[in-house]
Amino acid sequence: MAKIILDRLAQQFVAGEILETGSQHGNEWARVAPAHWRAVAQFLRDDAVAALNMFIDLTCVDRLGRTPRFDVVMHLYSVDKKHRVRLLAGLPEDDSSIDSLVALWPGANWFEREAFDLYGVHFVGHPDLRRILMYPEFVGHPLRKDFPKEGRQPLLRRLPGSVD
Amino acid sequence: MDDSSQTARRVVMGFGDAANLPDDDELPTESMPLNMGPSHPAMHGTVRMVLEVEGEKIRSADVQIGFLHRCFEKEAENATWTQIFPYTDRLNYVSPMLCNVGYALAVEKLLDIDRKIPARAQFIRVIVGEISRITDHLTCLAASAMELAAFTVFFYLMKAREWLWELLEEVSGARLTHSYVRIGGVVADLTDDFCPKLRDVLRRCRAAIADADKLLTGNRIFRDRMDGIAIITRDDAIGWGLTGPVGRSAGLDYDVRKDHPYLVYDRFDFDVPVGSKGDNFDRYAVRLEEMRQSMRILEQAMDLLPAGPVLINDARVALPPKREVYNTIESMIAHFKLIMDGIVVPPGEIYSFTEGGNGELGFYIVSDGTGQPWKCRVRPPCFAHTAVLNKVLPGLFIADVVPTFGMINMIGGECDR
Repeated sequence: MAKIILDRLAQQFVAGEILETGSQHGNEWARVAPAHWRAVAQFLRDDAVAALNMFIDLTCVDRLGRTPRFDVVMHLYSVDKKHRVRLLAGLPEDDSSIDSLVALWPGANWFEREAFDLYGVHFVGHPDLRRILMYPEFVGHPLRKDFPKEGRQPLLRRLPGSVD
Repeated sequence: MDDSSQTARRVVMGFGDAANLPDDDELPTESMPLNMGPSHPAMHGTVRMVLEVEGEKIRSADVQIGFLHRCFEKEAENATWTQIFPYTDRLNYVSPMLCNVGYALAVEKLLDIDRKIPARAQFIRVIVGEISRITDHLTCLAASAMELAAFTVFFYLMKAREWLWELLEEVSGARLTHSYVRIGGVVADLTDDFCPKLRDVLRRCRAAIADADKLLTGNRIFRDRMDGIAIITRDDAIGWGLTGPVGRSAGLDYDVRKDHPYLVYDRFDFDVPVGSKGDNFDRYAVRLEEMRQSMRILEQAMDLLPAGPVLINDARVALPPKREVYNTIESMIAHFKLIMDGIVVPPGEIYSFTEGGNGELGFYIVSDGTGQPWKCRVRPPCFAHTAVLNKVLPGLFIADVVPTFGMINMIGGECDR
């Protein structure tokens, strides 16, 4: 597969914004420094060569034991060029926050809410960062690797302002 | 302002004099919250909509999902690669075969065996997948027609869906949760008289769909509820990640089967219907046409169906034949290892995508080289479609929620996982 997108990224970002790139099973991927997450995404969306205008997916991976612990993973697609890319950004456990992309793609809204709900990643600038699949009273982020698979949590109404 | 321009702005009511009704702006209303769902007779699937309404008009909407969340990912992380198939059945439960196929393709790419799948297995996957696509669209159209009081259409289409499910039951043993696909192929060959039966069912389905078409497409009541309601533009589709019939009805000409052919889709002649207005009616019309195109694919696939095995001959992924398991020690151990430890998938990451019933069904899988996935994420198409409801509902009437939600075709199992 032609490495148009990765070449374009290497051309544009020379100051260490892109940490690593690669290609596996026909998927091209680039690891982005979290501070430049939004800038890189915006460039890929607006650039005429990459033209990755369509938002496809955003999720998170918990790589427990690795530093940084979390990876935010996004997939973008170009409707015109018919190519796609995977962007990853590593986030440490103690400061798992990254810029929200809702202003670039409105569709990112629910996907970021889901990553927040299930992994506890914070998206800075998200207009409505609430739980989406779990109920508001739920405590913890169930897809973290250190969250037990078995267990019950009674549905308790907590007082407004209490910490979850 | 003269009289004629005033009457033109007003809705003509069945009773009384429309011209004497006060203007929309003059009518004093107070906004109030209206709670639809999570369990509502006109909403198939458990979803809650908190609407802020002024009179009958929706000012803002907050669609809340998650009522059918069954921890697909958490369960998948604690299951072997083969054990995940039953979970994929329960994602989009009106087209389980498409979820089966999508997951199998992702794992096969990780194993690097995706080009070695026997040709017959690939054709069978296309056949069962396209049958599932028809049942998916039939369910969507039947339920929506019923919600708009076209109960006859509901019965016509449900009957057709049942014929197709009887065929899938015949090959897989289960009416709904098939678990028919395996990594490396499919679990069993088609039954002997499957193709003649399918041809007969398709003939009857065509007639049922033609009946539904005649009853709905020219029906004034139906058209009034569908035309120009909940318009989604092509730009919306791109920004919100809308794919499948919803994206295509908005003018986004993107079908994974056409743009990135997988299995043997590049060998079939079929068209991809695209809408022009992006309203509810376009979403209905696109689905209607897609069913006809799926039938074309099915007929071509039956004509071209090659003979041969239906499961890859690779001891790393495929269970040996039962006869050998009982008679040779090697096969018995291979069987034991595959069941107890599971298939070992080399470390790596893959995003594999197929055209599901609702749009791009993606699997993002991370393997750490053990018998269980480190992460098995499914990108559900109708998650994105349901999200866009928050944007399209404001400005509509409460009565428009029902056909709009029906045409978005949210499948709870897939959306909430």
